[in-house]
Amino acid sequence: MGRFILKRIGQTLIVLFIVSVFIFLLVSFLPGDPVYAMLGGEITQETYDRWYLELGLDKPLILRYLSWISKAVTGDFGMSASQHKEVVAVLAERVPVTIYLSLLSFFISIPLGILFGIISAVNRGKLLDSVLTTFANVCCCLPQFFLSVLFLYLFSIKLHLLPSFGFVWPWEDLQKSLLQTIMPLLCLTIGGIASICRQTRSSMLEVIGQDYIRTAKSKGLAQNRIIFVHAMKNALIPVITLMGLRLGGLIGGSMFVESVFNIPGMGTLLVMAIQAQDIPLIQACVLLIAVVACVVNIITDIVYAAVDPRIKV
Amino acid sequence: MEKENTVVQERKEAGYSRREKAVKFFRVLFKRKLVLISAVGLVLIVLMAIFAPLVAPYDPNVQSLMDALKTPSSQYLLGTDNYGRDILSRIIYGARVSLIVGVLAVGIACAIGTFFGMLAGFFGGIVDDVINRISEAIRSIPQIVLAMALCAVFGGGIINLSIILGISNMAVYIRMMRGQVLSIKETDYVMAAKLQGNKSLRLMFKHVLPNCISPIIVQMTLQVGQTILSEAGLSFLGLGISAPTASWGSIVSDGRVYLMQNPFFALAPGVCIALLVIFLNTVGDGVRDALDPRMRGRL
Repeated sequence: MGRFILKRIGQTLIVLFIVSVFIFLLVSFLPGDPVYAMLGGEITQETYDRWYLELGLDKPLILRYLSWISKAVTGDFGMSASQHKEVVAVLAERVPVTIYLSLLSFFISIPLGILFGIISAVNRGKLLDSVLTTFANVCCCLPQFFLSVLFLYLFSIKLHLLPSFGFVWPWEDLQKSLLQTIMPLLCLTIGGIASICRQTRSSMLEVIGQDYIRTAKSKGLAQNRIIFVHAMKNALIPVITLMGLRLGGLIGGSMFVESVFNIPGMGTLLVMAIQAQDIPLIQACVLLIAVVACVVNIITDIVYAAVDPRIKV
Repeated sequence: MEKENTVVQERKEAGYSRREKAVKFFRVLFKRKLVLISAVGLVLIVLMAIFAPLVAPYDPNVQSLMDALKTPSSQYLLGTDNYGRDILSRIIYGARVSLIVGVLAVGIACAIGTFFGMLAGFFGGIVDDVINRISEAIRSIPQIVLAMALCAVFGGGIINLSIILGISNMAVYIRMMRGQVLSIKETDYVMAAKLQGNKSLRLMFKHVLPNCISPIIVQMTLQVGQTILSEAGLSFLGLGISAPTASWGSIVSDGRVYLMQNPFFALAPGVCIALLVIFLNTVGDGVRDALDPRMRGRL
């Protein structure tokens, strides 16, 4: 196990190296002069020179990469041109908001998705199963931005029930925060519940058909015990992968909801950075998102190896 | 002479059984009503996109500010947008963008991904390692973020967007194809072909590829929908298809400000995206079940 973990970490470091080179090169492909692209054409020669040096454009590409990555590892991504602040400071404001929303939606969608999946597998072929499956299939196809706009129309404009935008932390104003998070959270969770429900159902059905479940049944065990103890242990193994995928997209997957409901998180930040061609900010956002995804990937693999005795490490 | 006859006959029989197989495939595919309905819906949308100039009641880009933000009426079935353009016509033309980008991107992803996956699986060793790490790197950045970053640098537009979405989707094919090739490489008939003195390239394309194709087809049909969602999302964020070309994603984005005046402006194209993707996924699921005898009638 120790060797397996070390090997995975080594592979991930290589992957992160490739990603960082890619992110760095990407920016040097930006059309036009990077300084003018970032700050606009109407700047003095002095400002131009300062940013030219700040971005290290006078040095060769490899040196620039090395100095960028060695600073990035310590958390120094330079200055954000559009925010007039250190990139780290901007991220520190934005990241917690997105993590808060994404973790909430993660912890709501996992148990609900598994529960619905088991219910529909146990009732296979009955009306309840058809309803749940159809619902899950439809929800998987709904684009998040459409869902957000639809909810906005229904709950804010038509019914005047919920505020249409904004974000405050629960410890600042609990009631306002709850009202403001309902719709974004709903949009973030529905897709997750649907996809986890589908995966749980199909892997549950596969497990239920196996011999050891029949043995358990013929021993006279109670149905609930068979489903929740015997079958679930094996049925949830493929679901772990899906959970990992969802968790990996945590800070990079909520830009639609954030942009519709005007939530100051990572998603809106990245969109803004791209529109302003704010190079250091784009680099930092994409790198951070990739690092989180990679770390979650390793954890998923280790958990997978730990729970599935068929995987030998 | 007699020997040749039997060969010809065998060929004929093989051809017949292939046709029979196809008939059987479609029979199994369309046995489920839902798949049939989705297929019909899909064909209708494709026809609508192809014959857009004939179907659309108005030119999608002609503005008439006098008629801006009209609610649905007999003149404008879904109302008009903030420039007075007919929303129904824009949706009909927008179908073209979605379908072209969806199909083109998946084609590109599949072509590049399959090729590199085959190389990785066939040659193994260092080739395998390099390709694997790169594909892992692509997968480690969430697809939509990768596409956004690429769009920022190379710009939007139908062709660019297709290439970008193709690149950000290709890792799936690399992994799938690699796995397929690894298992097929060891079979006796590939060994036999190798012993006959076939070159690597011929071996790969003639003998290995055709036997890996069916899971790839399933993956492709399922991925067109996903890609259409990505395109709509990017256009919604203002990074994909730019004005004045009508794209479903950008119409939703333009319309969300005018939800009070004409809700159909934002909601109708959203419903279209959802419907198209539901149709595509249902047909994709159907194809998977029909190709896989184990899955037949299970889901």
